[in-house]
Amino acid sequence: MLNYQFDWRVVASGTYAEWLWQGLLLTLQLAALSCVLGFMLGLLVAIVRMSPVAPLRWLAQAYLEFIRNTPLVIQIFFWYFGAYEVLPQAVNDWLNQWRFEFVAAVIALTVYTSAFIAEDIRSGIRAVPREQMEAARSQGFGYLAAMRFVILPQAVRITVPPLIGQFLNATKNSSLAMTIGVAELTFQARQIESVAFKGLEAFTAATLIYLLVSLTITAVVSSYEQRYLRPGGVR
Amino acid sequence: MDFSVITDNFTYFMIGRYPQGALGGLALTLYLALVSCVLALVGGVMLGVASYLPFRPLRWLVRGYTHVMRGVPLLMVIFWMYFLLPLAFKQPVPENWTVIAALTLFTSAYMAHIVRAGIESVPQGQREAALATGLKPWQVMAYVVLPQALRNMIPSFVNELVAVTKDTSLAFIVGVSELTHIATQVNNRELTHPAEIFLFVAAVYFVICFSLTQLSRWLERRLSWGQV
Repeated sequence: MLNYQFDWRVVASGTYAEWLWQGLLLTLQLAALSCVLGFMLGLLVAIVRMSPVAPLRWLAQAYLEFIRNTPLVIQIFFWYFGAYEVLPQAVNDWLNQWRFEFVAAVIALTVYTSAFIAEDIRSGIRAVPREQMEAARSQGFGYLAAMRFVILPQAVRITVPPLIGQFLNATKNSSLAMTIGVAELTFQARQIESVAFKGLEAFTAATLIYLLVSLTITAVVSSYEQRYLRPGGVR
Repeated sequence: MDFSVITDNFTYFMIGRYPQGALGGLALTLYLALVSCVLALVGGVMLGVASYLPFRPLRWLVRGYTHVMRGVPLLMVIFWMYFLLPLAFKQPVPENWTVIAALTLFTSAYMAHIVRAGIESVPQGQREAALATGLKPWQVMAYVVLPQALRNMIPSFVNELVAVTKDTSLAFIVGVSELTHIATQVNNRELTHPAEIFLFVAAVYFVICFSLTQLSRWLERRLSWGQV
């Protein structure tokens, strides 16, 4: 079927292997940064989303709907090309200290990831049965104490697997940063294709690296679930 | 903010160079999303059912396939199709079909997951009762389990259509002139109003995807009535 000479040595060692390695490092950096920052932002949004003040709730809801219902690549382009128009000059100057395409990618990925994390946190809290709160209150816990000692410890346990899953999503989503010239894994594979005409080898290598990352994450999630979430597991 | 760049190029954003040239813009986005989603639905049902067949190698193959597709970025699949389709067909393949092939293969894996969850959500008693009335296993699947499973899964399918609509934005990477491609083109030509252009395009995607999300929520409420 295929009339193509494969040459695996080009991606197994030397310059191009080094490019792929650098790409992987940048991919993991993007994913980790956007997950950590996205968690902080997402936690904030989740709290606002459940606040007793209705306009605040609507604001958080609008944020979530808008971010989740627009393509990530458009958001990346917005931050990369358009943000300077809407941001104050001081912020622009501050952002320009770094490689701007990297900063724009991190901002876009953080905002995008935060919307999904906020929903994960919210459903984690809602997954704890309401009776838990009532029982805790009847035992004399105050609202905050019941949250702190009864609800949140359970909610966090439930939320951990989807949060790890968000890291996997961020890894995959970070591939879109190549569109603005961030030299992550997909970018490097394409670079090898255009320099060495070894597209199939480069993309096979990149695909295998992505798979390795995703299999690792899947294994971590399922061992966590085995240990903490199965009935009869350590509780 | 100056949105004249949008009003000046409005038809270009909506339909591309059509009718003088090929269909593009939002119309092409919707076309790509619908075609890929329908094909992926067919693929997903086949994969989902195949993972219940009493034939182990096939089940492993299906599991392997869905794992791979769900573990790599869509961009990778698009590039794969871009390289492999011309080699496989020994002639150039239109970009639209490159993207439709990639979106279909990619989304089928997610659809298969939904279909499997749907099949599992049908109570075991249904299957047993159907077998007890003398239906053959394939009849049980085709006439009893699958219809109920698919009905339960309609909201998830609509959500998948939202995901595919968002995913078509990656088609611009291989030069398909859908909405995102048009936006980058207009942006490269004008260079002066990037924020307006990308906010407008985001809003267009939002209107479509949010309406579909609402539809899926409404269906979910609607379909849960009269459920066992």
